[in-house]
Amino acid sequence: MAGTLVIAELGDGKVKKATHSAITFAKQVGAPFAILAIGAGAAEAAKELTAFGAQKVLVTDDASLAHYIAEKLAPTVAKVAKDGGWDTVVMTATSNGKDLAPRVAAKLSAGYAPDVDRVKVDGARRSYRRPQYSGNALAWLEIATPVHVVSVRQTEFIAAEPSGGASPVENVAKAADDAAAARVEFVKIESGKSERPDLGEARVVVSGGRSLKEQFKQVLEPLADALGAAIGASRAACDAGYAPPELQVGQTGRTVAPQLYVAVGISGAIQHIAGMKGSKYIVAINKDADAPIFQIADYGLVADLFVAVPDLVKELKTHV
Amino acid sequence: MKILVAVKRVADPDNLNKIKLSAQGKIDTTGLEPKSSPYDEYALETALRLTENGANTKARLGEVVVVTFGPKENEQMLRAMLGTGADRAIRVDAKDDALDGDLVARGLKAVVDREKPDLVLLGYQQAENESNEVGQMLAEYLGWPQATFAGSVKSEDDKALVVGREIEGATAQIRVTLPAVVTVLDKIIHPKSVQSKHTAATHAYPDGVRFAALMAIMAAKKKPLAELPLAELAPDAALKVTYGASELPPKRAAGVKVKDVKELVTKLKTEAKVI
Repeated sequence: MAGTLVIAELGDGKVKKATHSAITFAKQVGAPFAILAIGAGAAEAAKELTAFGAQKVLVTDDASLAHYIAEKLAPTVAKVAKDGGWDTVVMTATSNGKDLAPRVAAKLSAGYAPDVDRVKVDGARRSYRRPQYSGNALAWLEIATPVHVVSVRQTEFIAAEPSGGASPVENVAKAADDAAAARVEFVKIESGKSERPDLGEARVVVSGGRSLKEQFKQVLEPLADALGAAIGASRAACDAGYAPPELQVGQTGRTVAPQLYVAVGISGAIQHIAGMKGSKYIVAINKDADAPIFQIADYGLVADLFVAVPDLVKELKTHV
Repeated sequence: MKILVAVKRVADPDNLNKIKLSAQGKIDTTGLEPKSSPYDEYALETALRLTENGANTKARLGEVVVVTFGPKENEQMLRAMLGTGADRAIRVDAKDDALDGDLVARGLKAVVDREKPDLVLLGYQQAENESNEVGQMLAEYLGWPQATFAGSVKSEDDKALVVGREIEGATAQIRVTLPAVVTVLDKIIHPKSVQSKHTAATHAYPDGVRFAALMAIMAAKKKPLAELPLAELAPDAALKVTYGASELPPKRAAGVKVKDVKELVTKLKTEAKVI
């Protein structure tokens, strides 16, 4: 039947929060929708997905899917979409979602709308909006094929909340892997796991630039602790090795949209701004009064960060 | 190893905040210098590193072919890439607005069928459109494995590559047996991100991409640059995706400068109410 198929993203046997944004997208489209949870341990993970008003929750729980490999997932995703006659297949605009979606689109001979931040439904006509040109343009596109594949930005679709009810669960057998799957092998995953909130989900993000040098952690961690924040970094700081690469905010790093973004010693290259300008409030601390970051900051403090940040920590501790 | 690198010419990626909209809502990049998309330059650098001994970069130990889809003006970019070290170039003649990612992927498949490379490298996305799709679609059309968001690549005797995929908060390593499609991030041009079969593991490259020497630019004029009509590669030129009008995002107004940390905390507390 016509409607939307949401592909849940699983990680460590749990549903990733970005999935809830894909559900919000499906609800905005308005047609009936189903959710497909695919991966090792999907049956357990899918339990929480039955409370979102989906017509059904489809589960492909297969031990061979313990690690994300596009060539193993794409055939089942495409088959479920085809068999169910779903006209829209929506995925998360995460690294893995964006890895998988175009492969599925090609399999379905479907047009693909990547990284969508809005959807407009006008009768049978549907348009999708997406950021381009480093976030300097928002382009509307339409898809000419009967089936649409979409990936949606977590920062722009507010995570759906469980609405109660219990969608029926249906098990779906895994389709045969792509022949190419025999030529892909998972080796290992190295994660920069920390006690801090995930960059993409944190309410507050504290980000540092190259000028922090070897004192990146020493200066930023107390501030992040005081604000309960995730820590981010500019590309320059990551490239110079002052911050680990997984902290990079910007075009080739994470896109974040917290309530509060504190940019410490960040000049504001357009690649960085593309990754954080959706933040509700931006604070910039920089000793260069002409730094471009001040053009987008709600509150700017021209000061030596090595003095201002410890002062700020003190002030936060005593007065907040 | 023979590597095909797919590249794209875009408006100056460092000045995209200067784009304008026409009355019809079309994006106008007038005044911005055309350049190669930076991630594609990183893909070329990756290809060069994989086909040489880092200690003697003059000898190419393999073949690097660059391919682009676009009008004749793209040849300048291809010549520059030949000067940088690519052996051959192919321009698939097409108008930019007559292409979408799927059509480029289908055209590239036909190029791969002819060229039979061991590896196709691309930037993870091109700097204007940012669709991040061509590599994955190409891999599907070829029935090849894909490794996207590559921050590191290590050749295992040119039979397989161990690719470090940068995903949220982690690096996932996968091993792809060639032939394969790999799309690269900026981290790929760090000194030790690419480990070729020919280069000592201890070798550290200068950070970034290489530039063509004057002699090489002269020599590049003699390197082959072929032109292919798109219709020959992809007879079905129907687009699956069409772009209508664009909007400019709401401009963030510059806010206020605070005089000290105390005022900042007060504003965050009482005005923004975020702490």
